[in-house]
Amino acid sequence: MTPQDSNLQERCGTLIAWGAAGSVTMAFLWLLGDLLWHGLSHISWTFLVSAPRNAGREGGIGPILVSTGLIVGICMAVAFPIGLGTAIFLAEYTRDDRPMGRLLRGSLDVLAGVPSIVFGLFGNALFCQALGLGFSIASGGLTLACMVLPILIRTTEEGFRAIPLDQRLSAAALGLSRQTTVWAILLPAAIPGLLVGSILGLGRAFAETAALIFTSGYVDRMPESLMDSGRALSVHIYDLAMNVAGGNPNAYATAVVLVGLLVLINLLASWIAERWTTANHLPA
Amino acid sequence: MAGGILLLVVAFLILESWPAFQDIGPARFFTDQDWYPTERLYLLTPMLWGTLWATLGSIVLAAPLGILSAIFCHYYAPPLLATWYRRLIELLAGIPSVVYGFWGLVVLVPVIGQLHPPGPSLLAGILVLFLMILPTIMLVAHASFAKVPLSYIHSAMALGLGRWAMIRNVLLPTARAGLFTGILLGIARALGETMAILMVCGNVVQTPSNLFDPIRTLTANIALEMAYALGDHRSALFVSGLLLMGMVVVFVVMAEGLQYRKLDDTAR
Amino acid sequence: MATVQRPVAVFLRCLLCVGALLGQFSAEAKEGKLVITGSSTMAPLVLEMGKRFESLHPGTRIDVQTGGSSRGIADAVNGLADIGMASRALQSQEGNLHGFVIAYDGITIILHDSNPIQELTDDQIKGIYSGIITNWKTVGGLDAPITVVNKAEGRSTLALFLHYFTLSNRDIKAHVVIGDNEQGIKTVAGNPHAIGYVSIGTARYDATYGVPIRLLPLRNIPATLETVREGTFPLSRPLTLVTKTEPTGLANTFIEFARSPATHDLILQHYFVPLAD
Repeated sequence: MTPQDSNLQERCGTLIAWGAAGSVTMAFLWLLGDLLWHGLSHISWTFLVSAPRNAGREGGIGPILVSTGLIVGICMAVAFPIGLGTAIFLAEYTRDDRPMGRLLRGSLDVLAGVPSIVFGLFGNALFCQALGLGFSIASGGLTLACMVLPILIRTTEEGFRAIPLDQRLSAAALGLSRQTTVWAILLPAAIPGLLVGSILGLGRAFAETAALIFTSGYVDRMPESLMDSGRALSVHIYDLAMNVAGGNPNAYATAVVLVGLLVLINLLASWIAERWTTANHLPA
Repeated sequence: MAGGILLLVVAFLILESWPAFQDIGPARFFTDQDWYPTERLYLLTPMLWGTLWATLGSIVLAAPLGILSAIFCHYYAPPLLATWYRRLIELLAGIPSVVYGFWGLVVLVPVIGQLHPPGPSLLAGILVLFLMILPTIMLVAHASFAKVPLSYIHSAMALGLGRWAMIRNVLLPTARAGLFTGILLGIARALGETMAILMVCGNVVQTPSNLFDPIRTLTANIALEMAYALGDHRSALFVSGLLLMGMVVVFVVMAEGLQYRKLDDTAR
Repeated sequence: MATVQRPVAVFLRCLLCVGALLGQFSAEAKEGKLVITGSSTMAPLVLEMGKRFESLHPGTRIDVQTGGSSRGIADAVNGLADIGMASRALQSQEGNLHGFVIAYDGITIILHDSNPIQELTDDQIKGIYSGIITNWKTVGGLDAPITVVNKAEGRSTLALFLHYFTLSNRDIKAHVVIGDNEQGIKTVAGNPHAIGYVSIGTARYDATYGVPIRLLPLRNIPATLETVREGTFPLSRPLTLVTKTEPTGLANTFIEFARSPATHDLILQHYFVPLAD
């Protein structure tokens, strides 16, 4: 190959790489720009707190924000303890090469990949019908908890594994029991992993739609109990977009609110992760 | 406990699908004339094709662009630009599918409709899916490029290889396992996508004959009919749910297998 | 240790707050709650009736959701809803259920406002939906392919449409399949070459809000409140509330309220025909 050929190859390579990145960026900026352009103008304090009127064409998203908060709240309240427990079990009491650990980890990865609509089917069959909870915030929250667990467990487990072996060895040398070691020493050090995992799980919960349509339902009124049906932000966007002629402006606005929330959540996660690893001098 | 949940999900799916297996029999899902539950016809094939074509189309677009984006980020972009580009992609990975679907519905579908009616179509589905799985592929590729030992890069430079030659001949083969993992995960995500497809594909049960035909995927079918399906119809929907889950599991397990093999390779 | 303990304490405190908040909401659900699901035609009307009922009977709560007439009946049967909404009469195999008509409505063909066609014959409509007529110019319109919008199975509007035009769902060659009435209206309003069929009440209601659709007459009879009321419109149907067993308590009170003259103004507002007094 002559130097000219390889030069040409190099130029092509550069062109392709920049071209790919450029077109991808353009596509995404088009999407984000369109959202912001149409949606920002409709957001106001009144929009955020008032109830939807006229099928959502007018009014705001107050009750919907509350319902979303409750659904996600239940999801995290249930997923957090179970997730933490499983992560500790995986990190401290099983080994990478043993079949038990691999099986558990494998099934978690599979669970993470299951389509959300399948979770909707499952949640409907189990929580709404078999357990008799009906269309409610409770059913929705529990179904979401099942979906969020894998992410939570994996990230928390990574956090535990990142703690250097010395800490465990020193604790053993001091005569501390396994349990004490876990609760008193490892847990505080694993907090960043835990928080990041929770926040990522939170992000996924906020974005979920298909699973909620069949478990927490469509009602857009202010919920009065956990057994009431409630509409989440994502479901509201879906309804406005598909079923309400003239609902597009509010759908845009709701989408901007939702994306904004998710951006905040992600920023929070990275900020905590950064701050903790530097503060505790843990290897980043 | 968590493993138990997976078992529970599978158990419920099988339980609810059982009546369909008994009354309808597994063969009919592929041999019936069409999908008309009111006339007791339960052919899944057109929707299966819809799912497969949409996934294939989106992967064909997303895999090269995703990997190229990761290459750009790692090896061509100045550091500041690289960080911001990666942050943009991370942001997009988190955007909910409804928002992609909504944008597809109000922007893409009318544009496609002008080109070739009706608008809601396989093409719209492919484009929206492509946008959704690109971040996954790009981020996994980015992570695997980061794991390539620096010594490889230094050796390549010492030998006088140009940047593109180095990428093509040294880095891509080395990171191959990670890249495939990313693609497999992207496929798994595309297979399972419901909301965005429901909003832009038209939901007509037919095997697509060209890009502009409206289609209905297995996922969209469940979402549309679940609310009121009774008896055999409901069981049939659960069967399609099992089918979906089976397909996704195959891809996730393949991705797992690749990861473990890679670990063994580097341990040697 | 102190630097680690403080954030942990904060986090635990947050959890406690969330727990307390959730606790408040877990308090006993209000006495008197009704869950009503089903027909997308009836849902907006029944929602308004529910709100008026709640203001007349404080402490009650009426939740309304769509999903289609079949869903309404299914939910009533399996207990997920107290009352189901069906935009058709009960069929013979549903004889063990109890139906209560609250209003009358019709089904109309809709086109986009910009479409020059003013009416279509039954045969033309049948031809369009079975894929024989594929371009508007065949029926005297612009030279453009027709986008056929059909309803999903389980919707009574589909069932009645098929019955009237003696088609089976298999004969229909659709380009877009939609669920709720409103989705059909939105699809046609967004595509100048689309044709669809929806409830007259819903279509008239949306048209007054400026949605760019036109209701076509059927067999030369205009699709209006009056023709449905007089019974001259060929494709009309009763809007029915369905219960599994003889309704009692709150369900009974609500159904009686819905059938009483107290709601006639709401029914008229939604362009449906109230029961004759």
